Amino acid sequence: MGAMRARVLVVDDDPALAEMLTIVLRGEGFDTAVVRDGSKALDAFREVHPDLVLLDLMLPGVSGLDVCKEIRAESGIPIIMLTAKTDTVDVVLGLESGADDYVMKPFKPKELTARIRARLRRADVGSAERLRVADVEVDVPGHQVTRDGEPISLTPLEFDLLVALARKPRQVFTREVLLEQVWGYRHAADTRLVNVHVQRLRSKIEKDPEHPEVVVTVRGVGYRAGTS
Amino acid sequence: MTGEPASLGAGPDRTEPAFPPAVQDAGGPDVVSADPAQDRPAGRSSLFDKLRRGFDRARIRVAFWSRSLLVRVVVLTLTLSTVVMLTLGLILQQQITTGLLRSKIDAATAEIDSARQTVQSSLSGADSDPSSLREQLRLALTEIGRADGSSDAQGSTAGVFEPVIVPSRVGSETDLAIQQPTGDVPAELRARIGQGEIAYQYTTIRRDGQNIPALVMGSPARTSTDSFEVYLIFPLAGELGTVQVVQRTLLLGGIALSLALTLISALVASQVVRPVRRAAASARKLAAGDLAERMPVTGPIELTTLASSFNGMAEAIRVQIRQLEEFGKLQRRFTSDVSHELRTPLTTVRMAADVLHESRQDFPPHLARSTELLVDELDRFESLLADLLEISRYDAGMAELSAEPIDIRSSINTSIAAAASVADQLGVTIVTSLPHHPVVAEIDARRVDRILRNLIYNAIDHADGKPVELELAADDDVLAITVTDHGVGLRPGEAGLVFNRFWRADPSRQRQTGGTGLGLAISLEDARLHGGWLQASGAPGEGARFRLTLPRRHGGLITASPLPLRIGADVSPSTAGAVDSTGEPGIYAEGIRMMVEDGTLKPVPSHDELHPASVPSAGPTAALSSTDQPQTPRAAADSENDGAVSAITGTPAGQPSTVGGPA
Repeated sequence: MGAMRARVLVVDDDPALAEMLTIVLRGEGFDTAVVRDGSKALDAFREVHPDLVLLDLMLPGVSGLDVCKEIRAESGIPIIMLTAKTDTVDVVLGLESGADDYVMKPFKPKELTARIRARLRRADVGSAERLRVADVEVDVPGHQVTRDGEPISLTPLEFDLLVALARKPRQVFTREVLLEQVWGYRHAADTRLVNVHVQRLRSKIEKDPEHPEVVVTVRGVGYRAGTS
Repeated sequence: MTGEPASLGAGPDRTEPAFPPAVQDAGGPDVVSADPAQDRPAGRSSLFDKLRRGFDRARIRVAFWSRSLLVRVVVLTLTLSTVVMLTLGLILQQQITTGLLRSKIDAATAEIDSARQTVQSSLSGADSDPSSLREQLRLALTEIGRADGSSDAQGSTAGVFEPVIVPSRVGSETDLAIQQPTGDVPAELRARIGQGEIAYQYTTIRRDGQNIPALVMGSPARTSTDSFEVYLIFPLAGELGTVQVVQRTLLLGGIALSLALTLISALVASQVVRPVRRAAASARKLAAGDLAERMPVTGPIELTTLASSFNGMAEAIRVQIRQLEEFGKLQRRFTSDVSHELRTPLTTVRMAADVLHESRQDFPPHLARSTELLVDELDRFESLLADLLEISRYDAGMAELSAEPIDIRSSINTSIAAAASVADQLGVTIVTSLPHHPVVAEIDARRVDRILRNLIYNAIDHADGKPVELELAADDDVLAITVTDHGVGLRPGEAGLVFNRFWRADPSRQRQTGGTGLGLAISLEDARLHGGWLQASGAPGEGARFRLTLPRRHGGLITASPLPLRIGADVSPSTAGAVDSTGEPGIYAEGIRMMVEDGTLKPVPSHDELHPASVPSAGPTAALSSTDQPQTPRAAADSENDGAVSAITGTPAGQPSTVGGPA
């Protein structure tokens, strides 16, 4: 695959798991770089320029959540958390600190690579669209979101989420449908992913996240784009 | 003149007047209180009645207010001090009255002596001629009335008096025609004087239109020629006034003292009550969770003892609670740590095994088979670990409900899809009966999915290849899902055991679906966390039914389930149309043809495009078809009585069927 190989930065303190991840990812055709210490993760990230970060939440030194926030502050690249914690609070905390997705330990290699591929595969750019949701302008090919000319910085996943909603403004999307369309998962995924990402998206694009106008909740069903 | 004699103090010893009984005894006109305005002569018995009534009233009041120490003390003090003041006042008044009258009598005795001597000397040798006698009498009267020489007030210690001299000779009295109040002398006294005694009697005289109590002292006076009766009438107006003043003073003083005592007692009681209240407030704060709350250790020794005891107790409680909290925290930490520490190496092993498994065709047969076993058992190990951790989370009280409104039908479809491959392997059809409209409930989707998955896997496991039915019904407050199989069923008593950890109906029976034995126990906890019910019923040979009943709003209460728990208690297939909770008979009869593709349950006439699975599904594509109606073989309804029904969460067994649902 040569230059086409996607580069994955593995941030994990467990040497065996890190090595195993390397073996599996190389076998699946990814380039990998491993950093074992959370405090060096950011430096490694700047150096390696990965296409995706695989981040273990339980790191010595720096908390995985902090690493996640640091990387997210610099870049919108996909971050997948590896977590052994199954509690909702832990998962939600991880997602809120900027991760796009999480994989619960123990996981199957196929499951992990499927998630990685789903994150690396960008949604179809489509035609030169300009969408408008409420007072937010979305330039789809340009990956630009603006309100009154002011650009709003979104991660690719948040952008995809907004575009998915904005393309069918009248449609109500269930969480399952959004998981399918935005994350690319058919089933067995956690709808908490959607909830947290909608919250994150709202915190960036809504004037008042408490009273959302762009991404509107349809109680008991899901979400839809707000009316312009 | 009343003519009604008071009790007589009589006898030779005149210094022992019989007056005191007159004061105490009820009845006759009292010297002191002849004034009708004073109602004190109501006497002792009516006084005690009044006291008793007062006591009764006070007791009722005390009973009413007995929950307040302050009020109790005040009422008690007021009552008791009133009683004491009344008693004391009565005694004092009696003493004063007695003393007053005694000195009056003493003075009167001296006065009558001198009067008698005056009469004897003045009338000695008095003429029997009435006119001269009249003159002599007048002189004698004047002489008596002016004993000390002063003009109007006779001036002796006995005070003013009116002398009366009556000749003993019968008939002479009327002839004298002297202006003197002879009529004020009681006849009884005259009789006794006539017998030669010196005596006195209390009576009432009328002066200036007023009835005045009076003391009449009488003595016979014998001259050499004649005998007279000398009477001195002492009006007791002065004494009456004095006694009235004393009475008023005592009354006012008593009232004032009672009130003062009450006030003092209230003050004292509040001194005691205030710290008690403070202690109560502290205890309340402590109970509300403010473990740092302490009472100030100040004031009198009893209160400092109370405060320090309280503080000691609070400290002990705080330490205990801290220890328990610490213990709980440690347990949670442990659970979390075990979870992480086990999961990380397990992940590595899992991945390594899967890598081996991928290339097993390159291995010699024994290595290939070993790899397969390794992967399969790792699956079991993983699910067992997951279940154990979940159970221990419940045991540690760490489970949290993250409820949000969700269409329960999507949960059902997800769960059926997850079980589809296993169902297909075992040749089990899953027949669903779902309403056509969304059934939105505030649930924790992850937990409800897990309950449903466990129930479905369990049913498939025990279905013996027969269809498994899944039905959903809901009313405004509650939804119910039943999962029914028609396999071996449950023996009597087993319905209560199925939720036990690691319980197996038949230990020799192999689990096909790889259950850990903890699934139903976890499901029960999940249901309870929702405030819902999870119940089982069944009969041997008939199959088993599990019913999950959940409130549609978080925190709602369930009173009845919209679906029956017993197999055979539901409607017959011929009326199955009524099962549909849209309330439109016949709609269900259309049926929904479902198929499972890549683990997703889809209606067969799919207008949705079928996406390729991003996540590999575990099993081959399975087709799941729902029959037109839930006409799967049902056990005969007559075996219902043999059914073992268990109400795990407190529902009466054998609930009446409520199928039909809301319109």
